[in-house]
Amino acid sequence: MSRIMKKKSMKYEIIFSGFGGQGVLFVGNLIALAGMYQGFNVSFLPVYGPEMRGGTCHCTVLLSDKEIASPLVYEPGYLVIFNLPSFLKFIPRLKRGGLALVNKDLVKVEEIEHYETLCANKKILWLPLNTWAEAIGMPLALNLCALGALNKLLGLFPEEILIKALREMLGKEKLPLLEANLKAYRKGFEEVEAYESSLTKS
Amino acid sequence: MSQLFRFPQSLKKTLFHYCPGCHHSLIHRLLCEVIDELGIREKTVGIASIGCSCFLYFYIDVDIVEAPHGRACSAATGIKRARPDLLVFTYQGDGDFAAIGLGDSLHSASRGEKFTVLMINNTLYGMTGGQVSPTTPLCQKTTTTPLGRDPQVHGYPMKIAEMLGNFEGVALSARVAVNNPKRVLSAKEVLKKAFLYQREAKGFTYVEFLSACPVNWKMDPLSATKYVDKLTEIFPLGTFKDIG
Amino acid sequence: MRNKRVLVKGVEAVALGALEGGCECYFGYPITPQNEIPEIMSVELPPRGGVFLQAESETSAINMVLGASAVGTRVMTSSSSPGISLMSEGFSYLIALELPCVIVNVMRGGPGLGGIEASQGDYFQAVKAPGHGDGKFLVFAPYSCQEAYELTAKAFELADKYRNPVMILSDAILGQMKEPLELKPLKIKKISKEGWALTGAKNRPARVIRSLFLDSAELAKRNLTLLRKYQKMEREIRFEKMAEGGEKVLVVAFGSMARICKEAVLNLRAKGYEVGFFRPITLFPYPKKALAELVSSQKIKKIIVFELNCGQMVEDVALSLKGMGKLISKSYPPSVIPFPEDLEREIKKCLNSSDFPRV
Repeated sequence: MSRIMKKKSMKYEIIFSGFGGQGVLFVGNLIALAGMYQGFNVSFLPVYGPEMRGGTCHCTVLLSDKEIASPLVYEPGYLVIFNLPSFLKFIPRLKRGGLALVNKDLVKVEEIEHYETLCANKKILWLPLNTWAEAIGMPLALNLCALGALNKLLGLFPEEILIKALREMLGKEKLPLLEANLKAYRKGFEEVEAYESSLTKS
Repeated sequence: MSQLFRFPQSLKKTLFHYCPGCHHSLIHRLLCEVIDELGIREKTVGIASIGCSCFLYFYIDVDIVEAPHGRACSAATGIKRARPDLLVFTYQGDGDFAAIGLGDSLHSASRGEKFTVLMINNTLYGMTGGQVSPTTPLCQKTTTTPLGRDPQVHGYPMKIAEMLGNFEGVALSARVAVNNPKRVLSAKEVLKKAFLYQREAKGFTYVEFLSACPVNWKMDPLSATKYVDKLTEIFPLGTFKDIG
Repeated sequence: MRNKRVLVKGVEAVALGALEGGCECYFGYPITPQNEIPEIMSVELPPRGGVFLQAESETSAINMVLGASAVGTRVMTSSSSPGISLMSEGFSYLIALELPCVIVNVMRGGPGLGGIEASQGDYFQAVKAPGHGDGKFLVFAPYSCQEAYELTAKAFELADKYRNPVMILSDAILGQMKEPLELKPLKIKKISKEGWALTGAKNRPARVIRSLFLDSAELAKRNLTLLRKYQKMEREIRFEKMAEGGEKVLVVAFGSMARICKEAVLNLRAKGYEVGFFRPITLFPYPKKALAELVSSQKIKKIIVFELNCGQMVEDVALSLKGMGKLISKSYPPSVIPFPEDLEREIKKCLNSSDFPRV
């Protein structure tokens, strides 16, 4: 067996989960596309119910510097959770030491039974995604807020790569929405940035 | 001196396998005469369907492909869409066109596919031994309606030419017969018109031939030919749509 | 110049491959999970002078394919399991009439209406009996978007080469997942059909394409001719293997399942477990010889076949191995898609079971 590849490989396994209509598949697709432009091997696997809107849906995105074999992963290293059912479904599957970004506006700790055991050895970052999105006047763009936060934490790709991917995803018809989406992305990014610097100060 | 009669160039010089008194051979000949007169033999493709006429290619000297039972109109659609320059005909019985293939047939007509259908209506399944078909008249005895077609059990005969007359995609829908010389000549004119319309890409062209099946009607050839007259009372001859 | 890289779904890769392979006509009927294929073809074919037509049913679609193939065009259809069943009479005719075409089956769960999740339940149907009678397809099972693109394009050339339908057997995982595809130009040969296509009997005798042979000797001869053709198709056998010696267990899988298996195998190998991997890319003809040679030359003791069905390909593996090694079937009926972690556990169990020392 070849052991030449001594370098630690870079692999990000991310599951996005929420209601249909929260832009879960869009943001998953977007991060995969931006990842591809950044030079990663990527895969994007959507899973959704028969409902076009309102049902639960999730997607698995893998970014790796090596060939990706399975597009499915049971224990992801990262979760982006938009609602309570997704929290209950995926937190138990998060890797030990894994990180979950959770939408504080729709997931309330007091509503979760055995919260402590459920989240033991897992990092949970509570983000008021709906509040952020509403604050910038883009209540539907909480997915981009989440992406901004995630990319600030992981440093997957620079903003110009995101813009390139976003342009392609929006296409000609929806291109006028580019600025608004970018605003939401920056909101998430900057909020986490501010949070991180407050941590270093204190 | 002009030549009044000759063997059609598109008809192969071989013996027909059809039963005595069957009208297939006559209709084959008419088809070949029309192909010759229009000079289209070299760009015609025919579809042989399932039934007594599945051996069409033994007699008609043009390129021919066989289609599964009922699917002739779909195969013709594929050909005509892929090669609109070819002239395409299907040769189908009432079982093939109106029973198992009715969906394919009506959708092709509805889409206005530019090919020609020769539908040989002998009111039953000839090749399999004379079972009831969608066009079997009421009271007619067949091997699967031994007491005669009962509308309460087997429903009513379908009038396809009339039905197609209501389709917007149809350019020509007519019913003809070949049981007397006058009708033979007029049938040929209708068939020729159908091919002309096809050549002009006017739409779906459908010619239904009332055709005798003496063996399964359990008649001698002469009585069967006369019986076609009686059939015209249920299936009137005429043109039900002609966009001109 | 670097080739363009795009992020596409498996079904989109199939459609792009078809265009690269010179597809001129598409006929089909909507069914989940493959609707992106007709949708792309409806946009892409007409501007290229090609034909796109949505038929009124799968039975009509496959017979439109028959017509377009008979006049010599490169033609395809795509569907998913229930629709493929409806086409099977047409498949038999296409094989019998020796009409080339490409058929894509993005498998979903069955039987009956089943579900829309991934499945490999149509393996038998694809490789054993696509229609009535003794007919066979050349069957490819891609496992990545790149392979889906390249094999679909190649399928058009091979269909023409053998004058036989070629099936791309995929499933809802590969169909619906996205990954990068390098849109490289492929060298797909054009094969002349002047010798048999129906183009009008000009300057040649009229041609007949038929499958009815009432003379029994003639029909037997016809079948033997077709059989020899299927044997010739063995030249097209493709597979992927990973076993350099010392492997105790060999994992065999195809399509999407092979990807999940490969992940498990790579993880185990990285941890020092002696596990090999064999992936048939051609499902008919099956790479029997290659598989048997691998097992005998590497003295592999156990062979595990993973499938997303109730156990189908395992029979071809058994036929290939003729009793060599211990054969284990691990089947996952449709909608229960295992994770690589689950497969790792299964493989370890086999490695650890009584007739082997613990690893």
